[in-house]
Amino acid sequence: MGKELMLGNAAIARGAYEAGVKVATAYPGTPSTEITEIISGYPEVYSEWSPNEKVAYETALGASLAGVRAMVCMKHVGLNVAADPLFTSAYTGVNGGLVVVVADDPGMFSSQNEQDTRIYARAAGIPLLEPSDGAEAKEFVRLAFEMSEKYDTPVILRTTTRLAHGQSFVQIGERVEPTPLVYIKNPSKYVMMPANAKKRHIDLENRLIKIGLDCNTMPINTITYNDKNIGIVCSGIVYQYVKEALPNASVLKLGTVYPLAAELVKEFAANVGRLIVVEELEPFIENQLKTHGIPCEGKSLFSRQGELSVNAVRAALDGAALSPPVDNGLPGRPPVLCAGCPHRGVFYVLNKLRTTVCGDIGCYTLGALAPLNAVDSVVCMGAGIGMAHGFQKASPDKSNVVAVIGDSTFIHSGITGLIDSVYNKGRTTAIILDNSTTGMTGHQNHPATGKTIKEEDTVRLDLEALCRACGARVSTVSADDIEAIEAIIKRETAIDETSVIIVKKPCVLLDGKRSSDVYYIDGGACKKCKACLKIGCPAIELSDGAVTVSKETCAACGLCVGLCGFGAIRLKSQNAGR
Amino acid sequence: MQTDVLIVGVGGQGTLLASRILGGLAVVGGFDCKLNEIHGMAQRGGSVVTHVRLADRVYSPVIEEGGADAILAFEELEALRYARYLKKGGIMIVNRQKIMPTTVITGAVGYPSEAERTLTERYGAIMLDALPLAVASGNAKTVNTVIIGLFARRTGVAYSDIERALELSVKPKLLEVNKKALRAGYDAVL
Repeated sequence: MGKELMLGNAAIARGAYEAGVKVATAYPGTPSTEITEIISGYPEVYSEWSPNEKVAYETALGASLAGVRAMVCMKHVGLNVAADPLFTSAYTGVNGGLVVVVADDPGMFSSQNEQDTRIYARAAGIPLLEPSDGAEAKEFVRLAFEMSEKYDTPVILRTTTRLAHGQSFVQIGERVEPTPLVYIKNPSKYVMMPANAKKRHIDLENRLIKIGLDCNTMPINTITYNDKNIGIVCSGIVYQYVKEALPNASVLKLGTVYPLAAELVKEFAANVGRLIVVEELEPFIENQLKTHGIPCEGKSLFSRQGELSVNAVRAALDGAALSPPVDNGLPGRPPVLCAGCPHRGVFYVLNKLRTTVCGDIGCYTLGALAPLNAVDSVVCMGAGIGMAHGFQKASPDKSNVVAVIGDSTFIHSGITGLIDSVYNKGRTTAIILDNSTTGMTGHQNHPATGKTIKEEDTVRLDLEALCRACGARVSTVSADDIEAIEAIIKRETAIDETSVIIVKKPCVLLDGKRSSDVYYIDGGACKKCKACLKIGCPAIELSDGAVTVSKETCAACGLCVGLCGFGAIRLKSQNAGR
Repeated sequence: MQTDVLIVGVGGQGTLLASRILGGLAVVGGFDCKLNEIHGMAQRGGSVVTHVRLADRVYSPVIEEGGADAILAFEELEALRYARYLKKGGIMIVNRQKIMPTTVITGAVGYPSEAERTLTERYGAIMLDALPLAVASGNAKTVNTVIIGLFARRTGVAYSDIERALELSVKPKLLEVNKKALRAGYDAVL
């Protein structure tokens, strides 16, 4: 089998496949999504989109107990959701190998914060490996499974966006089917009531000492001596920056970032002059070195914020400040809701009504941007409904507060906020933008699509019935009918009860087909009042004072038509010119 | 041999596919290669950039400012935004197209008035009307492949090599239309 150019996430999927993974679970999250998508194509592996990361983790842990190799994947903030089982699974340990893949996002390309997963590893007492390219990622997944079974612990494989979404050459191998382990009932190991957990905590601490000692001789922790005046300690993608920026430096590359291969680091430190830890985000390796009494430099030279780069490493070592990003005076190009996006009309109405909107995580976060300017807060998955409820409790005289949340995010963790509002006699209005998919991460199925990760039919979760069962008033409206949307929002926010408005229309990108029609603006009828520009549609352009519709971009949703007071926006069937 | 190519454009214009075609060149030529791309939120009509690095051994997956041997831009404002990545003597190929960002549409700022002049005079940019060529090839979305065709011609890549790279990167269903687009870019008369 040959080498293939593949995405870091594909390499992780392939590594799990070759290592004989039997169960793979996830909730989609950039930059981790593709791992489980790719695994879903392997018939030997059971895979699923779980409703959230906590359930995904628990499903993988259950599979491990049953005796097979299991993997759960998530983005960094997903680990917050899965943190509860994570911490205690460090106590129970595993049966079949359990690998937890967590993708961090330094620089926040598609995330709401820059938290550092390595701190979770230390807090939970779970070993963490960090590969530096796709080929290593594939290899490290296999190692992680082996370590998991050898030491009876979950193992975290940490990646970052540059690895997850970078392509490099990876050697393809064969799947090796491990012999399934037998499940033996063992409450003292798996029932974490205090008497058992106290003993398991001692086991956990002893296990970490043992792994730390073994790390000193693991081949994935390597020293390369060159010029011994400077010794760099690094891991992951940062290793690549260091090799390019400082080809002559001596380098200790850590494959196991936690626990620390302390003796190996001490040996390295004794042989080099200046010892410098180069790492993105928190001073995690640096602080471990200092805890072990190894003096070093680190965050005194590098920022905790954003990504590092070859230039950043060079500048720090030259003692030069990295030149700040220049303001080139060019117009920014923030992301926008697509032409034809079913979310646009709702935000247009909310902006018009001057409603306070507690938003959520998904494409509809973009409703915060100009010209829609409709969103007041975005914090984490599912936060909007709870926050709207709290906002309302704190300001009983204010009725126009709503939560806006997507269908997938509502199932992930919005449902509990809704139950809270009903139970505690709140008057929240939760608007569920039901576009029949998980949009931002690239269209994954979820319980309300009625399809599994493998596109098999399954029982479809009925959102209307679910919300009614919670005790909320429920209205359903088409995303195309903005007059009805406005009327229902006015009605429901005026009522002193918890209510849900489900706004339905599939994501415009979902079927991949393009409308054969487009709209155009009749230049003679257009009064250049720019009312149509208030919806922020990327297909409606203003150039040299003239407003036009881009026929390449228009999705013929027709939302703009009703905004024009002069009937200048008209439909053209596409028989020619396209 | 070392070639660093930055591909820039607006989310949805196909920078990912373009980078994969160049990655295919590494397969054809037997080089090491790293591609880096951004998924998720930035893809929704935002400014996007992908990095392509071909060499005997590639470490960092990211091209530094002033390090790009070539910049392929699918939109003029994005060409300007990333122009500082161009190496002295590097080549820049720009699709002659202006896509207004929301910041311009809402009237907050103006689109750079002399974009083309700045690009050609300061960076020696080669401007190509790729959109009509893409449309003539059968799909307006193949602007990326048209530009790749011209890039191959300008950098002396054999047509058979870039065509093979294309075959390695494009879904069979879309191969014919992309082959036409590649040829149109390769043979483009400026």
